[in-house]
Amino acid sequence: MNLLWIPLLPLLGTLVPLLSYRFGRTATAALTALLPAISLILVVQAIPAVFAGEALTWQASWIPQIGLNLAFHLDGLALLFSLLILGIGLLVILYARYYLSDNDHMGRFYSYLILFMTAMLGVVLSNNLLQLWFFWELTSISSFLLISFWSHKTDARKGARMALTITGAGGLALLGALILIGQTVGSYDLRTVLASGDVLRESAVYPVIIVLFLLGAFTKSAQFPFHFWLPHAMAAPTPVSAYLHSATMVKAGVFLLARFYPVLADTDLWFVIVSMVGLATLLLGAYTALFKHDLKGLLAYSTISHLGLITLLFGLDTELAAIAAVFHIINHAVFKASLFMAAGIIDHESGSRDMRQLNGLWKYMPYTATLAMVAAASMAGVPLLNGFLSKEMLFAETLHQATLGSLSWLIPLLATIGGALAVAYSLRFIHDVFFNGEPINLPRTPHEPPRYMRVPVEILVVLCLLVGIVPDFAVGDLLNAAASAVLHKPLPDFSLAVWHGFNGPLLMSLLAVAGGATLYYNRRHLFAFQGQFADFDAKIEFEKGIQWTTEKAAVIHRWLDNASLQRYVFLLIIFSLFVTAWPLLQLENAQGSRPQLPVNGIVLVAAGLLIIGTLATVIFSHLRLLALIMISIVGLIVAIAFAYFSAPDLALTQLSVEVATIILFLLALYFLPQKTPLRDSSPRRIVRDLSIASLVGAVIGTLCYAMLTRPLHSISEFFIANSKTGGGGTNVVNVILVDFRGFDTLGEITVLAIAGLGIYKLLAGMRLYVPAADSEGRPWAKDKNPMMLALISQSLLPLALLVSAYIFLRGHNMPGGGFIAGLITAIALIQQYIAHGVAWMKIRLNFPYHWLIAAGLLLATFSGLGSWLFDQPFLTTWFDYFSLPWIGKFELASAMVFDLGVYFTVIGATLLILANLGQLTTSERPLPGGK
Amino acid sequence: METIYAICVGIMTAGGVFLVLRGYTFAVVLGLTLLSYAVNLFLFASGRLVINGAAILGESEVYADPLPQALVLTAIVIGFAMTAFALILALRARADLGNDQVDGDND
Repeated sequence: MNLLWIPLLPLLGTLVPLLSYRFGRTATAALTALLPAISLILVVQAIPAVFAGEALTWQASWIPQIGLNLAFHLDGLALLFSLLILGIGLLVILYARYYLSDNDHMGRFYSYLILFMTAMLGVVLSNNLLQLWFFWELTSISSFLLISFWSHKTDARKGARMALTITGAGGLALLGALILIGQTVGSYDLRTVLASGDVLRESAVYPVIIVLFLLGAFTKSAQFPFHFWLPHAMAAPTPVSAYLHSATMVKAGVFLLARFYPVLADTDLWFVIVSMVGLATLLLGAYTALFKHDLKGLLAYSTISHLGLITLLFGLDTELAAIAAVFHIINHAVFKASLFMAAGIIDHESGSRDMRQLNGLWKYMPYTATLAMVAAASMAGVPLLNGFLSKEMLFAETLHQATLGSLSWLIPLLATIGGALAVAYSLRFIHDVFFNGEPINLPRTPHEPPRYMRVPVEILVVLCLLVGIVPDFAVGDLLNAAASAVLHKPLPDFSLAVWHGFNGPLLMSLLAVAGGATLYYNRRHLFAFQGQFADFDAKIEFEKGIQWTTEKAAVIHRWLDNASLQRYVFLLIIFSLFVTAWPLLQLENAQGSRPQLPVNGIVLVAAGLLIIGTLATVIFSHLRLLALIMISIVGLIVAIAFAYFSAPDLALTQLSVEVATIILFLLALYFLPQKTPLRDSSPRRIVRDLSIASLVGAVIGTLCYAMLTRPLHSISEFFIANSKTGGGGTNVVNVILVDFRGFDTLGEITVLAIAGLGIYKLLAGMRLYVPAADSEGRPWAKDKNPMMLALISQSLLPLALLVSAYIFLRGHNMPGGGFIAGLITAIALIQQYIAHGVAWMKIRLNFPYHWLIAAGLLLATFSGLGSWLFDQPFLTTWFDYFSLPWIGKFELASAMVFDLGVYFTVIGATLLILANLGQLTTSERPLPGGK
Repeated sequence: METIYAICVGIMTAGGVFLVLRGYTFAVVLGLTLLSYAVNLFLFASGRLVINGAAILGESEVYADPLPQALVLTAIVIGFAMTAFALILALRARADLGNDQVDGDND
């Protein structure tokens, strides 16, 4: 059998109700139940194998790089939970069919419910930690949708938000724990992790793991002090409460405790935290439940209390306690689901859930009353019902405790008090609702519910009785299988019998029943006592907390994002300063061991020019034309530096880019004010910016110095060794560009093309003011295209094109190549624009440059794709040598086609930018709005 | 030599950063240009300084590291495209918003 189907069928089933809700309520419910029912059958089929001790697994690779596999397994514990999830889930589907009113969108409800079911199945079946977490989060999200199902109610929205916040935050903590576990063990595979208990317990991060892990489990299972979300989740429709807060959602937390019990438990840290939190939750929940007037509120706090009981059992230092915990998981799921359903029926048929109004319902709905009373008795732990058995086991285990040293006698005492409180609130549930006089001001006269609404309750109550009377027959094997999965070793002897003779636990039970009855009998005094304290509403406190966080976040956000680009740049620079300066502080000596080159006079002069040019650019930046001339000096020196330090290709590129840049700036300056107001910032800001700029400059300069004076370890030996033999060229820089790292180059010319096209779109329809004179008021020169310039540039054009062709062709072996040749061609053409004007050029070269860009990109891409024809990877190059008469021996390489693509793209992009901007200065400019 | 090179890179970076922080678009684009010079020189420096060692096989004894050169070559061209884009954006902002300040009129 394929395990994948068990969670997959319900997942597909989420679509069923959405498609079928038009066919009526019964049909929708039946169709919705179909796929989960098949899943349940699959699980049931697997029972013999699991009882025989096998664990079924299924696995497929998902993202192996991070250790994430799609992996499921079915052992005893997963089997128990799958049965609960699917079994009670099906009963809830039937129940909801009658509970929901005509106004509720049944398709949506069922769809959420089945999604939640899938998530729960995923959690319990996962065999991979990361996948488990994925489904864990899915339960949080789908439960949010379910709790907020009546989204028109404020309570529902707030309750859902609270549940999502708490369980979501816990989920993050859990993720931290799971990742730490995975890293400590070296695998995210659950089987491997479960076999590595000693590694985990001995690791240094064990306390961190425990805290994060328990945060995840406790928030989900509503343990103190995170319990407050659960009562507010009662704003959900009752079928949701019956499902989420009996068998599933809140049980996910205790499932986690059970699942990781073999590897994380067995240390003092675990026993102290888990048992104390469990005990506190048990008492607090039980005490608060007594005072709730809302039927569902009582049940909610009782759920908290019982979850505390299960947690306490996992925290007690004995194997039998863990078995009892598993047993109580079953028992609580069964009786609590039936009680929630009964509460829903009462609410549905009488219109109220307030126990001050609901009295004497025995007369109106005796059948439902009987069912509810049996379930409530089980909750109280009355003999012959299932709740009695697991509570008895708890009492027995508390008697053998040493966790608290000489104070350990407190544990059985407090457990008995918890038991007494449970008896008291169960008595209240029975007596206040079904007896205690007549109903008061009920919205409608109560009556029995529709026949089939009662069926789920009947089934569950029969189970209560069955487990309570013949426990070994009813759940013995299941409990054995699940408990051995929890303990991960053979089980100790234990007996599930109802009668163990007169002993300590029985005495504690008797005390609890007597104490509970006394408490309930004296409830007036208790209520009066409790009435002295102001009601603590977690919702209000929580909302306050949320609002406080939102306000603080808004303050920070306003400070960071004040819609000032200047501020963003400032923050960015400060941040980068921090990350670059921090490592430098750790560096002891800026100077490395590499010997420095000697300095000569020419270098000093060039450096002096560069520094003066830089400073002048900054100082004269308000006189824009002057600044432009200064920055062009800097650019020129940079080009010379490249040439001097053995990078002829870079020098050529820088030189041609420099020309294009300056032309571009000049064109832009035509439209922009030619001067900036001298005082563009406050003196304070100038000082601030100067300090930051100096700091950044100092850090980068030091970094550069530290790098330059350290020996070089480069991967370039490979490129130099293989350039000729592998790439067929002696200019290693060019071979790297078009061959070794050709894919990078393809990306880079794509960026160039995108920038060009972006500029083209920005220029389209731009409404610019065309000045008639310069800033001094002088009119532009009348002779726009001087004859001398026209003549010279026209005669230079063929020469320039020839040079660019030469540079292109020799590029593979000597300095040059597509980038440089493209820039030279582009500048030669721009020269013609400048000399003759746009109109003159338009007649001779009416060519859409974006097509040139596209052609270049396509050419480069196809030259890469071509290698696929020869079964080679993308962009593998081919080259060979030929000889022709007169020309002699020459080389042909497919890389040249690629370089040709680069060449066209560069020409296209440069001309697209410059020619289009230039066109704006003339009468040829496109008018806004197209033509 | 290395000391002078590093000082030059530092000063260009400082000048670029100062201009980038100004309130007028033209100064910011000038600053970006200065910064890209500095960044290119910085990246180039990761291959260390070598004289008379162009990475042309058979032309010299010791070759300069060709890898940073190849990276910087494309960086120069893309730097040009970026400068152009920023400049045109500044023009567009002036056309649409009516001023040439980074944050509009309120400095």
